[in-house]
Amino acid sequence: MKNLSPKTITLLALVALVLVAPLFFPSSFYYRVGTLMFINGLAVTGLVILIGYAGQISLGHAGFCGIGAYACALAPVHLGLPPVVAMLLGALISGVLAYLVGRPILRLKGHYLAVATLGFGILIFMVLSNESWLTGGPDGMQVEDLGLRDLLKSLGLSVPAAQVWYWFSGLVLLLGALLALNLHTSSTGRALRALHDSEIAARTVGVDVAYFKLMAFVISAVYASVSGSLLAMMNKFVTPDIAGFLHSVQMVTMTVLGGAGSVFGAITGASILTALPQALTVFHDYEHIVLGLIMMLVMIFLREGLVPSLIKRFSRRQG
Amino acid sequence: MKLLEIEGLGIDFGGVKAVDAVSFAVTEGEIVSVIGPNGAGKTTLFNMISGVYLPARGSVRLAGETVTGLPPQALAARGLSRTFQNLQVFQQMSVLDNVMAGFHLSEGRHILSDILALPSSLRRNRETEDAARKLLARVGLERGAELIASQLSYGALKRLEIARALACKPRLLLLDEPAAGCNAVETEEIDHLIAAVAKEGVAILLVEHDMKLVMKISDHIVVLDHGVKITEGKPEVVARDPKVIEAYLGAHGGKEAANALG
Ligand SMILES: Nc1ncnc2c1ncn2[C@@H]1O[C@H](COP(=O)(O)OP(=O)(O)OP(=O)(O)O)[C@@H](O)[C@H]1O
Ligand SMILES: [Mg+2]
Repeated sequence: MKNLSPKTITLLALVALVLVAPLFFPSSFYYRVGTLMFINGLAVTGLVILIGYAGQISLGHAGFCGIGAYACALAPVHLGLPPVVAMLLGALISGVLAYLVGRPILRLKGHYLAVATLGFGILIFMVLSNESWLTGGPDGMQVEDLGLRDLLKSLGLSVPAAQVWYWFSGLVLLLGALLALNLHTSSTGRALRALHDSEIAARTVGVDVAYFKLMAFVISAVYASVSGSLLAMMNKFVTPDIAGFLHSVQMVTMTVLGGAGSVFGAITGASILTALPQALTVFHDYEHIVLGLIMMLVMIFLREGLVPSLIKRFSRRQG
Repeated sequence: MKLLEIEGLGIDFGGVKAVDAVSFAVTEGEIVSVIGPNGAGKTTLFNMISGVYLPARGSVRLAGETVTGLPPQALAARGLSRTFQNLQVFQQMSVLDNVMAGFHLSEGRHILSDILALPSSLRRNRETEDAARKLLARVGLERGAELIASQLSYGALKRLEIARALACKPRLLLLDEPAAGCNAVETEEIDHLIAAVAKEGVAILLVEHDMKLVMKISDHIVVLDHGVKITEGKPEVVARDPKVIEAYLGAHGGKEAANALG
């Protein structure tokens, strides 16, 4: 264990999770839960880059999920694009929009940044809700499936749809985690983590703080967008709620619950908060309250998040 | 050649002139110290030179180019680097990462190849790590490389900041009280380190309250009091200047001044 890098350990743990989890699924319904975990885990991995590495907050990232989702809903119908290409188009639009919006917004700090991103998310939500001629309004609209299952069928493999989605989303999450971990140990990652700890010192060593914050915002927006696309295609349906405030708060809560600074921690947070509502219907009815409660408890007792706090406690006992 | 020339530099805080009409120059490879009682405006002067504060009056020239009001990252690119009196270490990063972050400019921007961990990115990382470990050895921190910075002692953090500043390959290094909070042995080490860095041709602008250190290593001393320069000259001259002794006696540093200067 000693000579494996944290990056390798995280990736191995994720691969193990994806491979082993199905052995414990009591019914095929759980493939769907697993898929949801992975899709949320992907968005949260993006937020690790923004919140955990760069130390910037966003309460509007669901807006980018919405863009990714509606790109997959609209582009195949109106532009005749295949769903995968629609997903990439959504990611491109999200990235460009994040670049344009991020420039003025990221000059703000703390609460002001939180409120400004909140406003951005609400704006996207409103557009998706109000432009019913295009988006079907609050009732939502149909989304074409990714078509992976048909592809496998044509190759002579018949895999249930839920399983196809499970393995595919698991793979995308692994890829997302890999890229985020690559970033962590690179020059760019160091610049992001440096400006998180001391903007003034980061500038003193030559970091263009505004530029690197913007890049973290853009990258995390692309993650959120792909996550939204996958969610919409899996459900074959999307409503504006995907861009709603609650979804933004869910994502941030997942990130800080597991530990914003660590990819594995944040994915754990995403898994817990995805599985909980499925297991406890009570949770579903009081989702807002429980989310708020978790957020408060984490902030009071586990400032660094679940996984880093546990690791610290464990290693202290050993040492 | 004059590396740093400041002319009539001044700034006000709430109508009070924190620094006013300060002029002096630093030649290549020279160690210049700025001394003065607490609140004299030494850190404020550093903040203006390094682009942290925008001066209200005056100009700063670096290697002949006027750089007044340029942001710190632009000055870093022109060879100006600094440490902070109130430590500005990257607390959550490892000691090694702190110094590696100092190589930001020489590494350049390669976001895509960093995300994809392309061979070029990995190679850059290895080179930076080697260079960073060398710098850590130079400041005596090589054994703590993998620690999180917040686990280091105060004196070690001071040296970590110096290593990070050296990673920027400065032509001019601003050190704001590098020996503060250090014991006699650590102060001695810092003394040697500064002298060695200067010998390599890096000009050093030093703020330090340890008068023994200042008198020993400075080529030239600038004395500030209440935001203005009261005198400037060779250490032995400044030490005997009645204006300097009065500034120190008039302020809180009476005993310190008597001990060190007298
Ligand atoms: N950002 C600021 N806002 C308002 N006043 C400031 C600010 N920075 C410094 N000052 C004031 O400017 C004066 C000079 O402070 P400065 O920190 O430059 O002194 P110094 O010579 O570095 O002192 P020390 O030896 O204690 O470090 C002080 O009166 C201080 O209170
Ligand atoms: Mg000071």
